Amino acid sequence: MTETATLTGPTGPRPKKALSPRNIMLYGTLIVVSLYYLLPLYVMIVTSLKGMPEIRLGNIFSPPVEITFQPWVKAWAEACTGINCDGLSRGFWNSVRILIPSVIVSVSIASVTGYVLSMWRFKGSEIFFAILLLGAFIPYQVLLYPVVIVLRELGLYGSLTGLVVVHTIFGMPINVLLFRNYFVTLPDELFKAARVDGAGFWRIFVFIILPMSLPIFVVSMIIQVTGIWNDFLFGVVYTRPENYPMTVQLNNIVNSVQGVQEYNVNMAATLLTGLVPLTVYFFSGKLFVRGIAAGAVKG
Amino acid sequence: MTKNSVEIRNLDLSFGAVKVLQNLDLDIHDGEFLVLLGSSGCGKSTLLNCIAGLLDVTGGQILIKGDNVTWKEPNERGIGMVFQSYALYPQMTVRGNLSFGLKNARMPKPEIAERVKRASEILQIEPLLDRKPGALSGGQRQRVAIGRALVRDVDVFLFDEPLSNLDAKLRADLRVELKRLHEQLDNTMIYVTHDQVEAMTLADRIAIMKDGKIMQLDSPAEIYNRPRNLYVAGFIGSPAMNFIEGKIAGNSFAAGGLIVPVEGYDYLSGGVHDGAAVLGVRPEHVLTDDMLPSADMTTQVLADLVEPMGADTLVWTKLEGHPFRFRMDGQAHVKSGDEVTIGFNLSRISLFDPKTEDRL
Repeated sequence: MTETATLTGPTGPRPKKALSPRNIMLYGTLIVVSLYYLLPLYVMIVTSLKGMPEIRLGNIFSPPVEITFQPWVKAWAEACTGINCDGLSRGFWNSVRILIPSVIVSVSIASVTGYVLSMWRFKGSEIFFAILLLGAFIPYQVLLYPVVIVLRELGLYGSLTGLVVVHTIFGMPINVLLFRNYFVTLPDELFKAARVDGAGFWRIFVFIILPMSLPIFVVSMIIQVTGIWNDFLFGVVYTRPENYPMTVQLNNIVNSVQGVQEYNVNMAATLLTGLVPLTVYFFSGKLFVRGIAAGAVKG
Repeated sequence: MTKNSVEIRNLDLSFGAVKVLQNLDLDIHDGEFLVLLGSSGCGKSTLLNCIAGLLDVTGGQILIKGDNVTWKEPNERGIGMVFQSYALYPQMTVRGNLSFGLKNARMPKPEIAERVKRASEILQIEPLLDRKPGALSGGQRQRVAIGRALVRDVDVFLFDEPLSNLDAKLRADLRVELKRLHEQLDNTMIYVTHDQVEAMTLADRIAIMKDGKIMQLDSPAEIYNRPRNLYVAGFIGSPAMNFIEGKIAGNSFAAGGLIVPVEGYDYLSGGVHDGAAVLGVRPEHVLTDDMLPSADMTTQVLADLVEPMGADTLVWTKLEGHPFRFRMDGQAHVKSGDEVTIGFNLSRISLFDPKTEDRL
């Protein structure tokens, strides 16, 4: 005999309303805010695809009637800065040549320094760390001229190598902090076990620590890539015109006072320059959040 | 004559002004299972880390197999260590974990494979060799951690609270396995724990530590039956030993109306003792009901509180103003307010000097 129990009153999961006041508020705010931030980007993209006559009509929000990629081509390969008329491409390759060694060198040195400060503490290592951190609070303007003198004495002033050295050193405080704080969260016993197993300084770092630290390496690299790519100050101060990074060149194109202001070329040039950090964030957003959370907790 | 496997001479260790270990001497015999037992902060793990070479000593010497290893690196000491958190390398497979130490020692590949195979057979972890630690259960991880010490073919195994992270049932199982492993391997094992059941069941000898000093170093039976001082007496045994302060005059111990004859008590120093004393009786050594005829003396107490535990029943009461617990059979019919006759057996009591806290 089968018996079906009849339950009266509320049963099972509570029904959820899609249009509750809370959801309307939440999604309403989110939509308004994202529109606010996306609108300038939209204007830039449509403007960069219009010809100058169309821009002069003044309808900045209307989509292009006739799509043209000429401004992009001009921004990349033909725009003039000073005597060079090979567009942003020169600055792009300069930036790449600055970026790659700076990121590799600074992340390598910062990770090993963080490893020493968390696992191989020595007498005075805490003080060393404190001094290093202090470096993060010194305004760059104060150091600008002394660094010029140091680079001149080293014979590196104006060269890409000099700029790489500057970026590496200025990236140290924040990145060492990041690595150290991440490494101190790794279990101490793991390090002890590796020592009992006869692994030395480098073997522990390479075989035990590195494989566990992917998120923090990604975070450090993102900070360095975006920071160095977006840098304007060091680029303009420490290099010569033929070595100017992309940001400096962008400024020289957009702010040029001679001739007609070509808004479409300016927009295309700006978008081109912003493309690298934008791509980085786009593909590593998740890891970035994870790493920041992991690196931030313990002090 | 048994040879010593590990000898610790005058060991000192301080962190700045804090002296963790002071003038510590300890000889551990070849093939012995020695347990370092104590509450947290007593220096037992610190001592183990010193033996392993993970902490630099402030003074004294450590000898392993007659070799002075005081200044040697952990891997040069012939020790293997098992940690509380297992400390398995999370990104390596079980096989990688077992062979990491051997690779560091630049051992040829065929020999590494041979040793990994042998260790995994002993520990029955062959099916797990290609898994990562994350995919193992607590007990399996612990076995891999032991295997990592096993493959290195060391003389001395060090265990730092290896079972504390496991649930009660698994802990009991692994305890038995560890004991079996020790009988099979015959290595010297030094085992740190705060769990007295582990200490009593595993150890050949137990060293009870407090404030960086060894309070007593003896076989489990000796420590349980003849604790050397009040600290050891109160630390070992659950529920803890009852203490009653009183005086010895002539051949009897008196506290208020309670008179306990102590004629024939086996004094540690020999001879007899007069003056202030503390009487110690374990709750499970208090005689009741059927056992009363064998008692050397009896007295009446009022049961305050009764805790039935199935196998036995714990009765809380007061004796001459001191809280007093004793254990009865699980089937005993007692409820609070009942009057119970209890008795002591002279061979099962301890007497301590209240000033020095040492056994009389």
